[in-house]
Amino acid sequence: MIFETVNASFSYKKNSAMLLKNINLNVESNEVLAILGPNGIGKTTLLKCMTGLLHWKEGFSSIDKRRVDEMSSKDFFSITAYVPQARNPAFAYKSEEFIMLGRSIHVGNFSKPGKKDYEKVNEVIELLALQKLVGKFINRLSGGELQMLLIARALCQEPSILILDEPESNLDFKNQLMILDSIRRLADKGMICIFNTHYPSHAFSIGDKAIMIGKNSQNIFGSVETVLTKKNIETVFGVNVDIAKNISGKKEYTTITALSIKN
Amino acid sequence: MESRISKVFYRSILILLPIICFLICIGVGRYGLGHKDALRVLADIVLHGKASVAKREYSIIINTRLSRISLALICGGGLAVAGVALQSVFSNPLVSPDTLGVASGASFGAALALLFKANLFAVQISALLFGIIACAITYTVSRVKGGQNTIMLILSGIIVGSLFQAFVSMVKYVADTDEILPNITYWLMGSLYTSNWKSIIMGAPPIIICSFILFMVRWKTNVLSLSEDEAKSLGMNIRYMRLALILCSSVITSSVVSMCGQIGWIGLLMPHMCRLIFGSDNLKVIPASISFGAVFLLICDTFSRSMTVTEVPVSILTALVGAPIFLMLLRNTGGNI
Repeated sequence: MIFETVNASFSYKKNSAMLLKNINLNVESNEVLAILGPNGIGKTTLLKCMTGLLHWKEGFSSIDKRRVDEMSSKDFFSITAYVPQARNPAFAYKSEEFIMLGRSIHVGNFSKPGKKDYEKVNEVIELLALQKLVGKFINRLSGGELQMLLIARALCQEPSILILDEPESNLDFKNQLMILDSIRRLADKGMICIFNTHYPSHAFSIGDKAIMIGKNSQNIFGSVETVLTKKNIETVFGVNVDIAKNISGKKEYTTITALSIKN
Repeated sequence: MESRISKVFYRSILILLPIICFLICIGVGRYGLGHKDALRVLADIVLHGKASVAKREYSIIINTRLSRISLALICGGGLAVAGVALQSVFSNPLVSPDTLGVASGASFGAALALLFKANLFAVQISALLFGIIACAITYTVSRVKGGQNTIMLILSGIIVGSLFQAFVSMVKYVADTDEILPNITYWLMGSLYTSNWKSIIMGAPPIIICSFILFMVRWKTNVLSLSEDEAKSLGMNIRYMRLALILCSSVITSSVVSMCGQIGWIGLLMPHMCRLIFGSDNLKVIPASISFGAVFLLICDTFSRSMTVTEVPVSILTALVGAPIFLMLLRNTGGNI
């Protein structure tokens, strides 16, 4: 499967300058795409355009050459699942009830979840190792746990594309790793994962491709190594950085340290 | 995932509870027909037909008590499920037909129709119309810059509610003091006193149909309680679903208001009680609310008609019981409901 966005532009208001301009990207099964950029530059907007929650003003997105804007929302969301930023829910569902809501697209309006749906929920709970959350109320969970539930809920949709909005923000080290590992594992199983993040090193650790959005609606897309160069990061974020390759055991990892604000 | 036994147990409680209350309440009241007699008369009517019992007994049991009990069960269940539906639509557990101003709007519509001595059908339509108008105003006012928050919603509900209360006062002010004003005043207090089969046949079907629709979509209403983007990305057509739920809830509220005036608290209290017992999944909350709401109003009404020689309006009782229970719930959960 291949997800593409072709010459796409977006602005919230008519006739105003485009917030996102000439976005061209493609991401295939087994790949993780990271979206990077400074605060308020339009990362979440880009995600929302890709999920069809907002509509491109120019250009389009497509899945296997099928244009997204020509698909019914039901068709689209049985292929694509969106994981929003975790926030406190209005009602205190139990974890498994909350995950079950992901089955919504497969359950009719006048119907309720059946045996197959319960089986799917159990399967996802096992896949993400969330057994210890079963029976707990979601308003009592930590941010990391809630984020995992949101991913579980999205997986219940049985998507081929998973789009996550800052999944690891506001989390501590362990929870960050848990979320990032899960995303990588899902991609390795054949899924397309797209996420936006504040951390370039996270893009290095799990990303295959990256798109970085900068001022004046500039954007750079390509493999993580070609996009996240010292020069590019310094230009886009306006800071001086140091990029270092480290080796821990057999694993090579990249650290990026912001040194000072560029004048 | 639950065991089969607890599922069966839960279902049978929800069904049995209203039936038991019905059997108890049919034997309560004046005219000296106790439980034994009432149940005997009921059994005779069911087994041997209308002719097998005395005319007076038939009239008391069927025309007076049974009609009133049916009305209480239907209205109580309806108001409670309307509350759950609105709470899901607005993703806000503090919303109810009262807090959104729907009930006040419907009251004004009904009072206006009563002013012109309209028949029950016209009263219902007018109540529905103004109920929906009130809800629409509340919703529009509360939407600031595309977003929506709890405080704005509750505040605009209060504002719209008091606006329509003022309109009701205006109607009362111009009403004929001998005939119409006492009518409007007593009816507004909220009472099932006026129950009779004729009005039930007119007023109950919309409540039953809309409650049934809400019952059928009960699982999907969960999705609506999430944020707009989430609900959309779960494949829901939010606009239609919202409209359907608001419409159903407004029809229920308006029908109840046009038959028995403004009976508060049920739409707020019952869903909360059920959430406390069964959790937040509307798959369980909606059936439980229907059952508990029906039972709650039936018990309150039975007290209101039999406690003193003259009847106490039932809305006074629901408020007297509802307010302290709700306060207790709020305190116990620290407002985190």
